[in-house]
Amino acid sequence: MRRHLPPAVARSLTRCALFFLPLAPLAAADASAPIKIGQYASLTGKEASFGQASHRGVALAVDELNAHGGILGREVEFLVEDIQSKPGESATAVKKLIARDEVVAVLGGNASTNSLEAAPVCQAAHVPMIAISSTNPKVTAMGSYIFRACFIDSFQGAVLAKFSHDTLHAKRVALLTSVSAPYSVGLSRVFRERFTAAGGEIVAEQKYTEGDKDFRAQLTAVKALAPDAIAATGYYTEAALICRQARDLGLDIPIIGGDGWEAPQLIYLGGAAVEGTYYSTHYSAESPAPEVQLFIKKFRARYDGETPDAVAALGYDAMMLLADAITRAGTTAGPKLRDALAGTKNFSGVTGRTTIDTDRNPSKPAIIVTVKDGHTQFVGAVAP
Amino acid sequence: MSEFLQQLLNGLSLGAIYALIALGYTMVYGVLRFINFAHSDVFMVGAFLGYYLGKLVPEHTIWGGLAVLAVSMIGCAILGMTIERLAYRPLRSAPTLNVLITAIGVSLLLEYTGQVFFGAAPRNFPSIFPVRNFSFGSVIVTSNQLIVIAVSVVLMIVLQLIVYRTKIGTAMRAVSLNPKAAALMGVNNDVVISFTFGLGSALAAAGGILYALNYPSIDPLMGVMPGLKAFVAAILGGIGNIPGAALGGLILGTVETFVSGSQWSTYKDAIAFAILIIIMLFRPAGLLGKFTVEKV
Repeated sequence: MRRHLPPAVARSLTRCALFFLPLAPLAAADASAPIKIGQYASLTGKEASFGQASHRGVALAVDELNAHGGILGREVEFLVEDIQSKPGESATAVKKLIARDEVVAVLGGNASTNSLEAAPVCQAAHVPMIAISSTNPKVTAMGSYIFRACFIDSFQGAVLAKFSHDTLHAKRVALLTSVSAPYSVGLSRVFRERFTAAGGEIVAEQKYTEGDKDFRAQLTAVKALAPDAIAATGYYTEAALICRQARDLGLDIPIIGGDGWEAPQLIYLGGAAVEGTYYSTHYSAESPAPEVQLFIKKFRARYDGETPDAVAALGYDAMMLLADAITRAGTTAGPKLRDALAGTKNFSGVTGRTTIDTDRNPSKPAIIVTVKDGHTQFVGAVAP
Repeated sequence: MSEFLQQLLNGLSLGAIYALIALGYTMVYGVLRFINFAHSDVFMVGAFLGYYLGKLVPEHTIWGGLAVLAVSMIGCAILGMTIERLAYRPLRSAPTLNVLITAIGVSLLLEYTGQVFFGAAPRNFPSIFPVRNFSFGSVIVTSNQLIVIAVSVVLMIVLQLIVYRTKIGTAMRAVSLNPKAAALMGVNNDVVISFTFGLGSALAAAGGILYALNYPSIDPLMGVMPGLKAFVAAILGGIGNIPGAALGGLILGTVETFVSGSQWSTYKDAIAFAILIIIMLFRPAGLLGKFTVEKV
């Protein structure tokens, strides 16, 4: 009955860039006025760490744009509304940003629940929104003005299947799914589809629920089938215990997971047992890519040496994606800006080379990291 | 075959912990005729005491582990007696329902006070006992599983000796049989009830530490599910009956493990509770319980 906040919910705070669409004559008259961009984020409350990180990422991008003369020669004015990690707040915050502040686009929401609330408001006002870290597929299905900066759950399933097959050379994989987390169920489903399509075999799918602590029974059954790898698609708390108990039972095969594993607690709770495990994520600070290292340098310089996490990188990318679209559209008018965003191709962001697909989701490589000596280590970027 | 043996071992070590917690429920029911819902949170406090004490002793030593176990059991015994003194004793003459609701209140108080003091994020329980894996063919036994089973068996034997071979144990049985008659015979009911709470809470603390050793991630709500399962185990074995609680715990742990390891793993809790319902239909007083007619 323990209910913890699934990290995916928290991480799916979407940033929406909400471009309020000023009336055409008014916009023409205001050619030198600043471009207003709004963000809604949980700056306080239980999801504050995600809200704060994404806000810092966006703020860094805005400063950088303004230092280089703004967008279309106009200064960027950045407004933020705190939704206090409360359900229902994001719709109000976005209404305020659009109606009172007349923003041209909205960035925001980390948890998918927040983005789902805000999306209809943006859609009705024809103001483009870019969700920052909402991985629920439903978010961008809310309307033609809704985009996102992060990849979705099913995409990770495909990446993990490819990684297991091509890099780990696994032929037979056992799945461990958390049936109480839609995130895990979705990931396992796509993993199974892609892995079997690639010629692999799913030897078993064992299930558990969030909050379980005993996985020995499932792992004993898995061990009897002698798979090459285990894919544990749930969140870090259970994943850490799964790794420990698997090692106790003498299962020394690779264990892999999705971005639900990404938390310091994975290594804290898992200890030596999580060494040599792999998981997919949006971004790794250890990536040698020059864009990533440059971003980290700028972020550290601005925020007292703090290393940006994935949500901060996604926030930065969402803002830059928007700036790129405004530049290409040559205007901040909603419909044109929407078309420009939808036409984004090979945009070079911190979280990878991004192309927006027909469902307004980004297609970009995922990062695979491994745990080594108590730290995560960059393994490579995998595109499905 | 080796898979069967491995699952049996997994099930027994889980069942032994359920049994330890179930003993506390059943003993309190025996003397007071009410379910102490706060028991599962005493279990949690036991694990957290073990977590903090575990930092004071060197890791991987037998004496360190036993010392942590003993101090944590004493700590929880005091906590259990304090709860009884402050929350339940003033309600001694009130209807059972009032005490039951108070027990739920105490349970929530402990859980959420725990969240304030310990934080809601799970913590990593230190390995206070030496850790080794033994393999017999393809069956792997961890030292923690052996410790769980050994400590549980020892504690259950000690409990049996206390209840049947000591004066206070005789008094406990007397109070359980008829509190008024026991009082007339010179038994101090308050002392006996307080002792029962202390004993039950000490077993819960041991259960908490053993659970945390096997599943080393502890949080303030960790007692909820094991507590519920142990409660079921106590009823399964016959509430108020000490060997029944032990038997119920072992059955529940083993069944749960076998179901988890099968393709029906999603339904493991449903199947455990379905077994309870079936046994209750055929033996309303539980496996070892005696059916007594309520006298008015």
